Amino acid sequence: MNFLRKHITVMAGVVAYLLLYAIAAARYDGFASLPVFINFLSNNAVLGIVAVGMTFVILSGGIDLSVGAVMSFSSVLIGVLIMDHHWSVFAAIGAAVACGSLLGAIMGAVIHRTGIKPFIVTLAGMFFVRGLAFIIHLESIAISDKAHTAIAITRVGPLPITALLLLGFVAAGWFVAVFTPFGRNVYALGGSEEASLLMGLPVQSTKIAVYALSGFCASFAGAALTFYLSSGSHLEGVGMELDAIATVVIGGTLLAGGVGSVFGTLIGVLMLGLILTSITTYEGMTSSGMTRVAIGALLLMFVLLQKVLMRRFVGVGRAT
Amino acid sequence: MRPKNFWPWVALAALLVFNLIFTPGFARIELRDGRLFGTVVDIFQNGAPVMLLAVGMTLVIALGGIDLSVGSVMALSGAIAALLMTEHGQAVPTGIVAALAVALAVGALNGALVTFAGIQPIIVTLVTLVMGRGLAQTFTHDQKISFEIPTFEFIGNGTVLGLPFPALVVAGVALCVGLLLRKTSTGLYIEAMGGNPQAARLCGVRVHVIRILAFMACSLCAGMAGLIAAADIKEADVANAGLYLELDAILAVVLGGTSLTGGRANLMGSLIGAVFIQTLTVMLQMRGVITEHTLIIKAIVALAVCYMQTPAFEKLMQRVRPAEAKA
Repeated sequence: MNFLRKHITVMAGVVAYLLLYAIAAARYDGFASLPVFINFLSNNAVLGIVAVGMTFVILSGGIDLSVGAVMSFSSVLIGVLIMDHHWSVFAAIGAAVACGSLLGAIMGAVIHRTGIKPFIVTLAGMFFVRGLAFIIHLESIAISDKAHTAIAITRVGPLPITALLLLGFVAAGWFVAVFTPFGRNVYALGGSEEASLLMGLPVQSTKIAVYALSGFCASFAGAALTFYLSSGSHLEGVGMELDAIATVVIGGTLLAGGVGSVFGTLIGVLMLGLILTSITTYEGMTSSGMTRVAIGALLLMFVLLQKVLMRRFVGVGRAT
Repeated sequence: MRPKNFWPWVALAALLVFNLIFTPGFARIELRDGRLFGTVVDIFQNGAPVMLLAVGMTLVIALGGIDLSVGSVMALSGAIAALLMTEHGQAVPTGIVAALAVALAVGALNGALVTFAGIQPIIVTLVTLVMGRGLAQTFTHDQKISFEIPTFEFIGNGTVLGLPFPALVVAGVALCVGLLLRKTSTGLYIEAMGGNPQAARLCGVRVHVIRILAFMACSLCAGMAGLIAAADIKEADVANAGLYLELDAILAVVLGGTSLTGGRANLMGSLIGAVFIQTLTVMLQMRGVITEHTLIIKAIVALAVCYMQTPAFEKLMQRVRPAEAKA
């Protein structure tokens, strides 16, 4: 019972996902098959990897609006390094991920040192990074490189590389959150920053590390995007911050911080993927407008659901 | 004791002086066919949407909230007005009223969700940001809607007594909101709630009503801004109308000295801030900096100004100027 109380919000996400999946499987022919499921994973890998980083930020009680911009910046940087400067694929990805992590760390440091709200700092960061991406290269850039293509079409068994990356990130994120001191510090920080300080936890380094981790994940998602689209694009990632926040919240992480899990975020990714696929592929609505409306509505529903659940099962306070 | 709005005025003056000296053709104003032309006039005409957003945003930020959905509301109201006037053949007033009604509805939704469901304003308005633009895209089928309706275009680029009409709209709205803030109990309650919502509620302030009203006023301003922006360029462009303008609006309010923690509304400051931002944008355009790069400069300015309002900065200042701290 205690386990259920502790993870009630994640459970809600799982139950909702199973319900939706059952409905979709009943409605559409050939929906409930392994290839379709793997498609969910690979089509939403970019969002999922971003969301893993975002999970840590939200768990720590912050928010990061710069992820879409960092992701797009990283994909453009990788494109420029490979196409214009003829770097090897891994060196380019390494450089992009280093830049992304550094940008995240800078934002974390600014948030901690100045006490400005995270959402203002990361909003400014979003504009800053978008501008940076345009400085590097004014147009989106197509990537046609033998080594890059070879990686992009790699499959391990039935899984394409992007799906594999997503699962890897979720597994690693889950391990870090549950089994490392850093993960415990993040939960503590989200629970109560003041209490964490009084307990002598390393609040400053944890905060900076959380935003650096988010930058790391977002820039790695940029690399995954280049494998998925074979280009570095300025147009991708606009509005992605909302999708990532939605994914994390639907997966049962509380916006107030301190409650949630990376596993829930995987469920959130699958749920968003299911809804998007249903709307565009099976219901035949091609306008991107309707999908945005659906995501917004879904997010709102889950936030409200969480409010109710927390009141019912955990009392008015917060889950511990 | 410095006069009110000392720093915003100083910043604006510095920027203007810089432009008068270093940007050729900045100060030229000429009278042709009974209307004024020139860079400074353009600042007030093209900056009208940002100024309107800043006025509305001041109310919400004074409450301790934030509204990220203003850019989407602009796109939505512009699209609805254009659709009604072109495809459905409605009269201009009908289109304008319908567009503003939709804007008010979005504001009411924002306010209701914040106040009754207790969700953070950031999240609520982030949802309406995405849904608003999504709805606008659905209505227009992702198409730009061009129109040739002189009476409607007047809203965006007409002149009254040689002055641009949008600037007069801003003046009128700012006057109304200023009177609301300074001469009515509602204005007092808004600031009281921003200072301490719990205390305000216990003092008998009807917090739910006030909060919804503030969000509705903010969305109404955004709706008007959307109409002006659409009328000015003679088309409703759903994908780009009001895009990223929420940052400009928030930046304007912060520049004007309204703290993001709420509790104080400084309307004049917000207007000065909006003029400052528009001047900065025009200046960068005239100096040949492309739009994409202005994002960086705006981001840095925004962070610097926010930092100047934090306790951390005050401590730093006290260390730098111990004499003034004692005085």
